[in-house]
Amino acid sequence: MRRVRQSAWVLLALVVIGSLGAGLWAPADYATQFREAPNSPPSHQHWLGTDELGRDRFSRVLYGTRVSLLMAPAAALLSTLLATLAGGIAGYLGGWWERIAMAATDLFLSMPWLFLLLVVRAMLPLNVSPITSIAVTFLLLGLLGWAASARVLCAGTRGLRDSDFVLQARASGLRGFRLLALHVMPNLKPVLLAQFWISIPVFIISEANLGILGLGVAEPLPSWGSLLRELEGFTSFGFEAWKLVPLLLLVLVVSSFQIILSRDEVYA
Amino acid sequence: MRKLVRHLAAMAAIVVAGGLLSATLVRLAPGFGTDERQLDSRLNSESVEALRQARARDRNIPSFYLHYLLRALRGDLGESRTLNRPVRQLLAERLPVTARLVGAGLLAGWLCAVLLAVGATLTRKPACDLLATLVGALFLSVPAAVLALLFVFASAPACLAIALVVFPKVFSYTRNLLAKSYSLPHLMTAYAKGSGPLRILVWHVLPVAGTQLLAVAGISVSIALGAAIPVEALCGIAGIGQLAWQAALGRDLPLLVNLTVLVTVVTLAANWGSEFAGRDLRTREA
Amino acid sequence: MKRRPLALLAFLLLVLSAAVGQSGGELRFYLHSEPKTFDPLLVADDASETIRYLTGGVLVRVNRRTQQAEPELAASWTISRDGRSITFNLRERVYYSDGTPFSAEDVAYTVQRLMDPALHSPTGDSFRSGSGVVRTRVDSPARITITFPAPVAGIDKLFDQVAIVSSRSANKERAVLGPFYVADYKPDSYVLLKRNPNYWRRDATGRQLPYLDAVRLGIQPNRDIEMMNFRRGEIDLINWLDSEYFDRLAGLAPEVVHDAGPGLESEQMWFNQFPNAPIPAYKREWFRSTHFRRAISGAINRADLARVVYGGHAQPAAGPVSPANKFWFNAKLRTPAYDPAGALSLLQQAGFRLEGTSLRDREGHAVEFSIITNAGNKARERMATMIQQDLGKIGITVHVVTLDFASLIDRITESYNYEGALLGTANTDLDPNAQMNMWLSSAENHQWNPRQKSPETAWEAEIDRLMKEQASSLEPAKRKACFDRVQEIVVEQQPFSYLVNKNALSAVATTVANASPVVLRPQTYWNAETLSVRVQTASKH
Repeated sequence: MRRVRQSAWVLLALVVIGSLGAGLWAPADYATQFREAPNSPPSHQHWLGTDELGRDRFSRVLYGTRVSLLMAPAAALLSTLLATLAGGIAGYLGGWWERIAMAATDLFLSMPWLFLLLVVRAMLPLNVSPITSIAVTFLLLGLLGWAASARVLCAGTRGLRDSDFVLQARASGLRGFRLLALHVMPNLKPVLLAQFWISIPVFIISEANLGILGLGVAEPLPSWGSLLRELEGFTSFGFEAWKLVPLLLLVLVVSSFQIILSRDEVYA
Repeated sequence: MRKLVRHLAAMAAIVVAGGLLSATLVRLAPGFGTDERQLDSRLNSESVEALRQARARDRNIPSFYLHYLLRALRGDLGESRTLNRPVRQLLAERLPVTARLVGAGLLAGWLCAVLLAVGATLTRKPACDLLATLVGALFLSVPAAVLALLFVFASAPACLAIALVVFPKVFSYTRNLLAKSYSLPHLMTAYAKGSGPLRILVWHVLPVAGTQLLAVAGISVSIALGAAIPVEALCGIAGIGQLAWQAALGRDLPLLVNLTVLVTVVTLAANWGSEFAGRDLRTREA
Repeated sequence: MKRRPLALLAFLLLVLSAAVGQSGGELRFYLHSEPKTFDPLLVADDASETIRYLTGGVLVRVNRRTQQAEPELAASWTISRDGRSITFNLRERVYYSDGTPFSAEDVAYTVQRLMDPALHSPTGDSFRSGSGVVRTRVDSPARITITFPAPVAGIDKLFDQVAIVSSRSANKERAVLGPFYVADYKPDSYVLLKRNPNYWRRDATGRQLPYLDAVRLGIQPNRDIEMMNFRRGEIDLINWLDSEYFDRLAGLAPEVVHDAGPGLESEQMWFNQFPNAPIPAYKREWFRSTHFRRAISGAINRADLARVVYGGHAQPAAGPVSPANKFWFNAKLRTPAYDPAGALSLLQQAGFRLEGTSLRDREGHAVEFSIITNAGNKARERMATMIQQDLGKIGITVHVVTLDFASLIDRITESYNYEGALLGTANTDLDPNAQMNMWLSSAENHQWNPRQKSPETAWEAEIDRLMKEQASSLEPAKRKACFDRVQEIVVEQQPFSYLVNKNALSAVATTVANASPVVLRPQTYWNAETLSVRVQTASKH
């Protein structure tokens, strides 16, 4: 297991370094269209072939990885923070606070959030750069994605609040923020971490789903979401395996996260 | 009994608030009151204006919502603007389709997740743990839309796509909770006293992890309902998810409000059901 | 004596071909959305249009191959000299599918209902050339005269869209005069059409048409599933194919795909010139400059759009009329040449200058604008991205924004909060009269600057005059000359930059006999009454 974990670290490091240094080793700019060679298979010039507009797929994967790897954790962090605020505090305080927070969470979970994203996207100014558009997309995802985590965190905090060691600490005179910071939060860490790491692929995938609906990242900037759009036509399967590379990379990165974290989560 | 009535009243208040919020959202959305037919070059100015007027009659949200609630009390849920059919009829046709899809998906997803999590935790073999992690990560990484396409291609039941969306999330939570529960001191004592793995699981682990697992149960319903939109849309299944997407694109106010109310009721029922069950479990534990 | 074996062979072939053609069967294909209406007079969407085409009986049918009007329920017709009246001599002994007889009363009822201003029928609006009442005079059960308040150009061909409704039947939607009637409808699932036992038409051998026993129209919005089920033999045809799928299918089964050449559909881009649009005034000034619009048009590589986005199954477009429209296409027009240097020179004449890699206007504003298009339409998204790169070469920054259709309509018809737009036009009617509400400066659909009180430019005034002149003229040659000039003005002024004309691509299973796809809608089943399905067992493509 240790070796596997080390391999996961190496793989993750390679992907991060590869994407951060995209400008150094990408054979072409992600937006350059080689119009004489659209949809071409892998070759010496284009290692992963070209997309439907003749853009070098390898370069787009490198740049797209950078975008998704930077943006998705930021959105996950934002949503986990919001969930901790809403769920953690509600679970810790209990009573009416908990009921109100959970009612708000239920309401939020029931709202057609995809419609909300669609509406907000439609209301944005038209002349924004692609990078701003993707930042806004992930910010929205972060702002809207806290409710599910908040319920789990609330349940977790409630469990800790009623646990023997917290009761003992309370009996010893520990109250309020100190009790929360010293006993509740450290024990909530596995749930928080799980929420955070689970949220990352969720946001990447949400961005992919938005991309499939044409509401994701603005052209020509690539992201994993926009790259996954190439899988839309099922006829692609079987014939052009290289189109699966973004999906494979996504699976590898998420799996690496899971393997690395599995130990921390268990023993934290 | 009083508690139940109080809960039902709170639930009704949230449902009413959800419907109102949804109606306001649709009303404020760009494109509300427009009609695709406005681009038909055969239509003259009077016809285009008539289309505008017909679509804009629900612009006053308080008035629309009040009328909607009064009609709903009589069992009339209004008429869909985009499909020109009574909403009640549409829901009656499509609800069973989605209920079957989501129900089967949830059942399969939970079954796989719990079995795999228990197996991985009990065996405590790194290879099994790694395999379980990889399987969980694999399905966590594949967008619901791609899963749906794969299932269409393979002519496999679409409920399995829902199951694979639910599975990794439930699996991840369950495995973490089980791992945490197994590391508790009283379990070490139970092991030391020679209790069997099954006995430990049933008597010591599940009661501890049960509360939080039940919280996940409520959320998994929301996750499954959320996944139903791309799965139904891409697999061509005429259920509530497909209807919701059509309603969103067409700014179909009566349909979207009813769907939000429906999803709110289902979500609340699932969450509160799991909460009650959790409390019951805790009470028994105590 | 030598002739006898040949005659025998010819007879056998005739019998064989008749047997093949008359084998009936069920034709299966998909509608891509729920039909919005079964009322033939209110049809506005594709699904309802399919049902109307297959079930509705019309007085005159435009032959989809020759593009000429042919007698259908009207055995003959005459148009008055002033162009206001049309007299139809109807076929006799024709019955609706429910057994009620067809007569001039039904035509009168249909026309009166169609022209009711409160109905707001798109088909009815095509006939409105002036204010006033439409009068019908029933001379006999087989003769009717319809008089319009003003001359209607190309009046006979307009009746191709008018399905004659029964004035007497209780269930009007079930009583039809077309080859099929609606036998069953399961919402979200299918519409089943069955052979009309009273259909009036017969084939050359005297056998009653249609050959098919039924047409099953599944409701399937997903094009991937449509393609997959076609390959599995679960449906028999795809009326409209994406170029990407066309090429893939052609690689697997070349015998089932059909490229009928450029269709009537066009894709175009335009700039917002609306005076009250909430966009910066300096941008509006660019968009109102003919030099600017012509330069943008010249800087777009249309040949690349046709080759890369449509895999060669499209032609660079010159003007508003596709070469598929045999009569109205202006063959003198030339596609704007791809000429970035020429575009820059035009822009310099208009006061723009290139500073490094950025183009700036007279006041120093960097030339930057957005192009909106509808989300989910891959071809349009790809074209917009290619235009982004083409215009980048002359220092222009373009932002491509994809919006859901409702938001897009809101921006281009209500708030006018947009700069450039890329959309398509699906022309169903060959006659320019169907486009009056697009070309007249006062019209709602005069997209670049709608609802003008009086024409704001001389060339728009000229288009108004020419369109009205062609609409009031009854001489085809004069009408053609007027509309040719309209097309020339559009190419000169580029209010719409026409990009490509897409080819009509379709797929028809080899089991379907007598299929002969054409460019006009409905491309594959325009001759539905003579189609038949040979084998009902699934065959894979």
